[in-house]
Amino acid sequence: MSQANKYYSGLAVLILSLLVLPFALSAAGTAWVRITNLAILFVFLSLGLNIVVGFAGLLDLGYVAFYAVGAYVYALLASPHFGLHLPFWMILPIGAGLAALFGVLLGTPTLKLRGDYLAIVTLGFGEIVRIFLNNLSQPINITNGPRGITLIDPVRLGSISFGRSDQFFGLVLSGPMKYYYLLLLLLSLVIVVNLRLQNSRIGRAWEAIREDEMAARAIGINTTRIKLLAFAMGASFGGVAGGMFSAIQGFISPESFVLTESVMILSMVVLGGMGNIWGVVAGAVLLSFVPEMLRYTVVPLQMTLFSRIVIEPEVIRLLLFGLALVLMMRFRPAGLWPLRARQREFHKQAAIK
Amino acid sequence: MNPSCLLEAQAISKRFGGVRALHEVSLTIRQCEIYGLIGPNGAGKTTFFNVLTGLCTASSGNFNFAGAPLDISAPHLVAQAGIARTFQNIRLFANMTALENVMVGRHLRTHAGVIGAVLGCAATRAEENAIQQRAVELLHYVGIADRANHLARNLPYGDQRRLEIARALATDPKLLALDEPAAGMNATETAALRVLIEGLRNDGLTVMLIEHDVKLVMGLCDRVAVLDYGEKIAEDVPENVQRNSKVIEAYLGA
Repeated sequence: MSQANKYYSGLAVLILSLLVLPFALSAAGTAWVRITNLAILFVFLSLGLNIVVGFAGLLDLGYVAFYAVGAYVYALLASPHFGLHLPFWMILPIGAGLAALFGVLLGTPTLKLRGDYLAIVTLGFGEIVRIFLNNLSQPINITNGPRGITLIDPVRLGSISFGRSDQFFGLVLSGPMKYYYLLLLLLSLVIVVNLRLQNSRIGRAWEAIREDEMAARAIGINTTRIKLLAFAMGASFGGVAGGMFSAIQGFISPESFVLTESVMILSMVVLGGMGNIWGVVAGAVLLSFVPEMLRYTVVPLQMTLFSRIVIEPEVIRLLLFGLALVLMMRFRPAGLWPLRARQREFHKQAAIK
Repeated sequence: MNPSCLLEAQAISKRFGGVRALHEVSLTIRQCEIYGLIGPNGAGKTTFFNVLTGLCTASSGNFNFAGAPLDISAPHLVAQAGIARTFQNIRLFANMTALENVMVGRHLRTHAGVIGAVLGCAATRAEENAIQQRAVELLHYVGIADRANHLARNLPYGDQRRLEIARALATDPKLLALDEPAAGMNATETAALRVLIEGLRNDGLTVMLIEHDVKLVMGLCDRVAVLDYGEKIAEDVPENVQRNSKVIEAYLGA
């Protein structure tokens, strides 16, 4: 009982601090709220990829393609580009659905591939989607090519626009702060979905495929269907994240969906601990914030030490990134917070005989 | 077809390039019998299992199972029809607990989908409880319930074999195909395994097993078939098979 109390009080503290966080952050500058929002998007993406890579064990290097699909669906349906201005709650499901369709499109031809071979095909898929977006400005201008789509509508709920500040009960909420709360809500939904799936019949089937595909087939799992389901589910999360990205940024172009983004998301999953939902969340938060912190510390530090910039922050970022991955492989190969056996409650009364 | 016949293999052939792994192997397995498949190394026993369970496709031939043609085009269809198997080199889901391994085995006979799981609706929760309860029962049945929460890879060898059997049983099979269940076991473990298999038969299951332990096969099986170079050279009760000159020749290389 005290265990449960401890759990709930811990949860309450976590929720409260998450609710207060944007006020603390905006004291340090609205930029930090924006950075937090992007971090939440990355948590979102990592959780989506975790379904494919962590649960089902399918190495996907083209995940950013689904992010792009979601982002472009939002951009095309809520911008002056086509003159369409659908509400976000209508677009997000469309984006998720279309991304899921793309997931199945990628999954179908790659069902028999695994490991490195699957990684190469998915990498190619990600590039194909990006190149399509870059070139679909002719003969009919769909994506506006490399110039991207501008003036994307912010999220609107009734009369409240997320693009500007508003006052609620005497509290001033800036646009990014409103997005923060919306993202937090969506994120908690995604985490609940993930947790429930993990402990379900489908989640177990995914893990069985990861552990031993042949044995999984032999005990009657239709691996074709279950794998495609993993691709579709993972992709749909990517689609939702993409839609939110469009709305927050107000501008997207194919440049936002390059291979390094896929690698970054995969690194978050791997660093945190493949298959463990909380590990993945931690990995994504860590890898989203550290580069930003570096941006704010590396330049001033070098200026005071050498009174000029010796190494660009971007270079240092990649350097530390590589170092972190090497250290991780050496000391914690399963990730910072690896998947441990979820100890199922073993009900003695359920035992018969 | 004989009503007491559960599985009928008709002229099963399997070639790997120029290698004739199975050549027109026909055999019948009756309800509730323990049927042994023996033969020297490379005789095609495991290939027969793989063809039967849909893990590799037969070059020719077909199966009748429980009075209907058996679709062996995909492993899950074979499992659906009621044939479960274990593997020669144990293939458990290593990083899942013993209980979860058996719970995965219930996949085939349960239905909960994504939406049910996400919404946590009553039907799904009830099914989940039923899955867990059945899994615990099966762990008791094979005698490793006290290790339910251990990771499969941390179980001792004999228990891993038992867990694999429990997982196969979770699919509610009519025929259980065991590929060398006693391989690597000591005398005590083999004796316990024998009790387990006899118990399965007494509970109405038909068992087919590949085995190298001749003493186990001769003592346990009702009938035995012998494969040599992909051909069936004998099929009879154990005593007669032991005296069969072709079998002696195949094993001793006269």
